[in-house]
Amino acid sequence: MSTIVLLTMTGLGLGALYFLIASGLSLIFGLMDVLNFAHGALLSIGAYGTWWAASGNLPGAGPGGAGFALAVLFGTAVGTVAAVLLELAVVRPLYTRPREQVLATVGVGLAVPALLSGIWGPDALTFPGPEALSGTFGLLGAHVPVNRLVLIAAAVVVLVALRLFLGRTRHGLVVRAGVEDRAMVTALGIDVRRAFTLVFAIGGCVAALGGALGGLYFGSVDPRQGTSLLIFAFVVVVTGGMGSVTGAAVAAVVIGLVQQFANYYTAAGLGDLAVVVLLGALLLVRPRGLTGRLA
Amino acid sequence: MSTATETHDRTDGPPVTGPPRPAAATPARVLRWWPAAALLALAVAPFSALPLPGLLDGPVGSPGSLQLLATCLLFGALATGYDLLLGRTGLLSFGHALYFAAGSYATNMFLLEAGLPFALAAVLGLCFGTALALVLGSVSLRVTGIGFSMVTLAFAQAGSILVSRNPGGLTGGEEGRAAPAGLLPSGLVGIDNTANLYWIALAYLVLTLGVVHWAVRSPTGRVWEGIKENERRVEVLGLKPYGFKLTAFVLAGALAAVGGLVHLLLTGGSTPQTTTSDFTLSLLVMVVLGGSGTRWGPMVGGILYTWADHRLGDLAGSGAVADLPAVLRVPLSQPLFLLGVLFVAVVHLLPGGLTRLPARLGAGRRATANTSVEGRSS
Repeated sequence: MSTIVLLTMTGLGLGALYFLIASGLSLIFGLMDVLNFAHGALLSIGAYGTWWAASGNLPGAGPGGAGFALAVLFGTAVGTVAAVLLELAVVRPLYTRPREQVLATVGVGLAVPALLSGIWGPDALTFPGPEALSGTFGLLGAHVPVNRLVLIAAAVVVLVALRLFLGRTRHGLVVRAGVEDRAMVTALGIDVRRAFTLVFAIGGCVAALGGALGGLYFGSVDPRQGTSLLIFAFVVVVTGGMGSVTGAAVAAVVIGLVQQFANYYTAAGLGDLAVVVLLGALLLVRPRGLTGRLA
Repeated sequence: MSTATETHDRTDGPPVTGPPRPAAATPARVLRWWPAAALLALAVAPFSALPLPGLLDGPVGSPGSLQLLATCLLFGALATGYDLLLGRTGLLSFGHALYFAAGSYATNMFLLEAGLPFALAAVLGLCFGTALALVLGSVSLRVTGIGFSMVTLAFAQAGSILVSRNPGGLTGGEEGRAAPAGLLPSGLVGIDNTANLYWIALAYLVLTLGVVHWAVRSPTGRVWEGIKENERRVEVLGLKPYGFKLTAFVLAGALAAVGGLVHLLLTGGSTPQTTTSDFTLSLLVMVVLGGSGTRWGPMVGGILYTWADHRLGDLAGSGAVADLPAVLRVPLSQPLFLLGVLFVAVVHLLPGGLTRLPARLGAGRRATANTSVEGRSS
């Protein structure tokens, strides 16, 4: 029983991490038809930003208490700025060429991890976290690491915030309408391009937060982390149905749980394969993903 | 899109039979023979002692240079095969490395574990790679557009994980596995026989160019072009795009599997680097750099990229870079950073890739000439 509880919590934590990357990816894809290959790089930037600040390089920030919150805030802000720069400098000039937009983000996705590994070395760096988040707590007889709870809480907050933003605000309305029919929104005289930058900023912000909390989850940061998480985020986006935030949330939970349970009950590493097999099986039954949205 | 189509027709359509423009007639006739001349030059390269300082470390015929040239030709061919999907059918696959690695690893497994003779192992390895492309292609093509890209990437990643986990000691994990020298034909092993491997790589390039050229001009190739331009229109014409796309996918996968086989011989083993997503992305860089959807572009891109990759590696480790201040040294010491930035630059500044550059420059000059003529007449 305690094993199942632990696996469930770990799977949910991993799912939360996937959701943080996949939600931004899904929104950007839904609105702009751009598969952002640099999204993993944004996550890495957030992770390294937080690591850099929490290692005592930023005045006031540190590995514990309010200092750590400041470090996470700093990392998230850096990721958001990077996302806006990415949109303005790389993606926007290719506005009329969606395929080239994807290719350009591929280039950024190659360059940024290489740069990070050039500056801080290719090996994993220990991630400084507060004492309070490195312990465990008892739940139904299992010792669950506290950071899983932090990740789940962050993902729930992001999900609620995104739903409120999309459902209740004017900007959210434009984004949702843009996801449905970009041409119509443009025809109504609304500058969809401003919505693009906004969505990129949101996506980058959430991904960078995912990077900061991912450092907590894995206990380390390394340049390749973002790219490897990105691939599972792709699986989540396809499984959940593209452009749907709720679909991404459901799929992230399913993928995270399947991966953890398969890793534990079969050979280690088979969980990653199980996820892809699950994706293949789902595509055979429902090519449009769980929510049935158009790919 | 329309300009791309025009250029496409000019490079790939049947030879123009009408009266050619008088001024260009003689050079055009000579130019038509350049592939044959290039092929001849490449075929006799192992006999040449010509030094190419800056381009190659030793004379052309030395084993080191031949190894690099063979790698360049191999990747030129691989990129050409990959463009069958990207440039000809409009399928952005991120999982092409999987079929390349499958050809290499499967052949190696049949040699190492089953002890089969090389020819049989090669045929079985090729069949395995093709069958894998058929199975995974039929699943991933159930999603269209970018979803297809993501699914192919996921499958390739699963393959990469499988290889690195070293199931049953079969793949050798991060180390890869060396091919058994004793089971390979003796003419394909050792530094003395680099020329033979070079010719094999050249043959693979010629094969790929031939197959792609033939396939693109076949009726199926016409449908691929239609799918690339507008898939809905092909459906409306009563054709099912799925089968045509799967054909392209399996053909490209089979060509990649042959490439994996050549790579196995050339490097003497299977390495897990060939399974990574970075490897597929570098194929993508090659194709876009050279010019997607053109006859020679992917080949040119593949050769240039591979050569630059080796040279950038040397540059990164050279003393000149180590002496630079940190702001310059850190980015310059990362070949992937340079390639990534180069790629973004090519996408932005060079739509259509290197092979369309002369046409673009020519068009620019003609446009300038036309304006000046108009200016005079008015």
